[in-house]
Amino acid sequence: MSEDSAASSPGRTGAQAGRPVGPKTSGSRWGRFLEGGLLQGGVQGSPVLRLFLRWVRRPLLPVMRLWRRNIQLKVVATTLLMSLGVVLLLGFVVIGQVRNGLLDAKVKASQSQATGGFAVAKQKADEAAAGTGDDSAPADARTEQNVSPWMGDLVESLSSGGQGAFDVVTLPAAAGDDSGGGRGPRASGDVDWAASVPEELRGRVDSYTTAAQSYTRITYDKPGKDSQPALVIGKQVNDPNGDPYQLYYLFPLTQEEKSLSLVKGTLATAGLFVVVLLGAIAWLVVRQVVTPVRMAAGIAERLSAGRLQERMKVTGEDDIARLGEAFNKMAQSLQLKIQQLEDLSRMQRRFVSDVSHELRTPLTTVRMAADVIHEAREDFDPVTARSAELLADQLDRFESLLADLLEISRFDAGAAALEAEPIDLREVVRRVVSGAEPLAERKRTTIRVVGDQQPVVAEADARRVERVLRNLVVNAVEHGEGKDVVVKLAAAGGAVAVAVRDYGVGLKPGEATRVFSRFWRADPARARTTGGTGLGLSIALEDARLHGGWLQAWGEPGGGSQFRLTLPRTADEPLRGSPIPLEPKDSRRHRGLNDAGLPRGGSEKTATVPAQSAGDQTSSRDPIVPRPAALAPSADPTALPGNGARVVPRSTSRPRRQEETAPGEEPRGGTVSRPDTGAQSPPGESAKSSEDQSVESYEQGEAFRGR
Amino acid sequence: MKGRVLVVDDDTALAEMLGIVLRGEGFEPSFVADGDKALAAFRESKPDLVLLDLMLPGRDGIEVCRLIRAESGVPIVMLTAKSDTVDVVVGLESGADDYIVKPFKPKELVARIRARLRRSEEPAPEQLAIGDLVIDVAGHSVKRDGQSIALTPLEFDLLVALARKPWQVFTREVLLEQVWGYRHAADTRLVNVHVQRLRSKVEKDPERPEIVVTVRGVGYKAGPS
Repeated sequence: MSEDSAASSPGRTGAQAGRPVGPKTSGSRWGRFLEGGLLQGGVQGSPVLRLFLRWVRRPLLPVMRLWRRNIQLKVVATTLLMSLGVVLLLGFVVIGQVRNGLLDAKVKASQSQATGGFAVAKQKADEAAAGTGDDSAPADARTEQNVSPWMGDLVESLSSGGQGAFDVVTLPAAAGDDSGGGRGPRASGDVDWAASVPEELRGRVDSYTTAAQSYTRITYDKPGKDSQPALVIGKQVNDPNGDPYQLYYLFPLTQEEKSLSLVKGTLATAGLFVVVLLGAIAWLVVRQVVTPVRMAAGIAERLSAGRLQERMKVTGEDDIARLGEAFNKMAQSLQLKIQQLEDLSRMQRRFVSDVSHELRTPLTTVRMAADVIHEAREDFDPVTARSAELLADQLDRFESLLADLLEISRFDAGAAALEAEPIDLREVVRRVVSGAEPLAERKRTTIRVVGDQQPVVAEADARRVERVLRNLVVNAVEHGEGKDVVVKLAAAGGAVAVAVRDYGVGLKPGEATRVFSRFWRADPARARTTGGTGLGLSIALEDARLHGGWLQAWGEPGGGSQFRLTLPRTADEPLRGSPIPLEPKDSRRHRGLNDAGLPRGGSEKTATVPAQSAGDQTSSRDPIVPRPAALAPSADPTALPGNGARVVPRSTSRPRRQEETAPGEEPRGGTVSRPDTGAQSPPGESAKSSEDQSVESYEQGEAFRGR
Repeated sequence: MKGRVLVVDDDTALAEMLGIVLRGEGFEPSFVADGDKALAAFRESKPDLVLLDLMLPGRDGIEVCRLIRAESGVPIVMLTAKSDTVDVVVGLESGADDYIVKPFKPKELVARIRARLRRSEEPAPEQLAIGDLVIDVAGHSVKRDGQSIALTPLEFDLLVALARKPWQVFTREVLLEQVWGYRHAADTRLVNVHVQRLRSKVEKDPERPEIVVTVRGVGYKAGPS
């Protein structure tokens, strides 16, 4: 994978080198980042970004796949996330409440303590004032001097009452203009008053005479003593002289903080446990459900693979057990149905086999009797002789129809078996073409083979492939109206294909699929006097399907048709395409398209080059031609005639019928009683038709050049 | 020319018709309609060829074929209405040399019978070696280390055809033409089945053949001698 990305990015660089891409034109922020940081410019942002994203995403892909495929993981992860959320929410609420409760108690206690302290301070100031009350007015200066130690005593006494539970700070009132040396700030327990008493609180205490409170942190002057959270309550109090000063009580909240952190820790531990336990519980619970589901999936897969006796293990009576029971019931009835169908199919096969035997034995007798009569027909009067001929002819037809019917019913019963082995399709095509040569001769048609320079090997059943191709070639010759028939071979990828192209009447739109229908006739109004069973192409289609291949038809009215057989190169390999396009290059539509861009020379070239080899082949095949007429012991016991021709309107029905029955009989080395059929199509007519063809193509050429 | 043909068929009309055709071609047909009596009739009439219907009352054709083959190498041509793989292969494996599917034409049948009888008429004195086997064509015997191996005439012909040209790979079609006398490509299962039967007799280990070697995708050839 890394090779892949490494290989593709230089390619992109090269491809885009010509483009004027400056650093400023790159759109995204990522692009700029990558350009500046990762790559030395010149590469546009987006593909690189895509590569980068792919690179980032790659290690995540297995995880994502696991996420998509594993319901257990999903449920457990969801449970974990949701329980984590719930636990966090719960934790916040609980911690908030605990904190509020703790602080409320502390604040109340502190307030009462502070109120008491303020009262004591007031009382002490009053006492001090009363002690010097007799000489109040003249003793002003003396009293002033006494304030400083008094304050020191006050702070000392007030703070000693709390035994370290609180500290006391006095500050001069901001309003007090006369701040003598004795009224400076004092603090107990090394409190750094400036940092510990917030400015804002001082302002409030100044403004009001009532007590004010705030939270703060106490910092200490003494090094080594950590600051701690605290509640500070302050009030403006008068000293013995009646001057206001600020008295603050600082209550450290260390204890409460400790309690709170203890609660927090406990909650976090408990929450973590709860989350983990919930995850584990979810895992276990889901496992209980998922395990049977997975088992069911596995067994369903095995069932679908054909192991019908597979069942789920059912324990208990819960929903899972019911699922298992229902599943087993389904499998049971499925097995039953399949067995019934198999039995039916076996019966059907048996029936077909029996009917085949029962019909064939008397038919053999009739056949032999008819042949004996037919041999002796010269001794009869003309009417009886003609009757003997008709009898023999129609027996041929009856036989091929019976054979085709039995063959198709064998397909229907699924009794057709493929005996695939590696074969060279060129051999098959050669046999088929040489077999069809006499018919082609009569029709004044040349059969050309294209693409047989290299071996075209596929694992296939030679007998069936030959039957299919014989059918296609005979059809093409019969409906080719004396024009060339081209058999094209090709192999590519995992497929081989043989296409048979004729330039006859062709197919109307929609007929390309219907030609494969059983007993389908191009013109239903026409009497069924022509030969062919009407089953040939259906059998051919079944043969192709049996190989896992395709048999398709293409045609245009008046422009001929093409039948294409595509087979996988190895059996059991699915087909993904065919080496030969279904619509030939020389179709009218393609020629119309090519008209705009390509010169006509290309198609003519492909048409003329194989024509050379075709000529060689026909000449080499010439000696073989009389063979079918030579009454050779040429029995092909297994090859069914299958010449089911698709029938196209024709004026003369009688010679037509004979011609159509003939090819089917040739491999059976038949009663060649019609060596004169060829003479029935006058050579002049076919010459004319070939002339017509050449004129037509010439005109087309002209038309193309003109345009 | 030898021409005694035993027709084993329960369908009297067909048997009669076969009789007419065979007599017309110069053979001497004899008839039996029951599978149980077929073997006795075979011993009694000592035919040169057996035409055997597969579906018979009493013993079926396969069984009759096996019994005849057990005591004689006389050519057996099966008449069958079933061209399905299994039936044909079972018939061939039970020892039939050839088969013909109903409905057949008289000429076809006669051609098959002639092809089966034609062989071994004028054997030229010839000694062949294939693998560690020594084949005496005129004496119609195959020996390994002096021990003779019993082969049916058809199997013998098959072996001789391969041994005559040990350098050549024979396609099934060529063998059909040379050994069976088919001029059109026919059912190659004939070849497959008979090669198996031949191997089971002449090979030391039929699983790993050394006398009749398969050339995959082409056909068979004689093993190195």
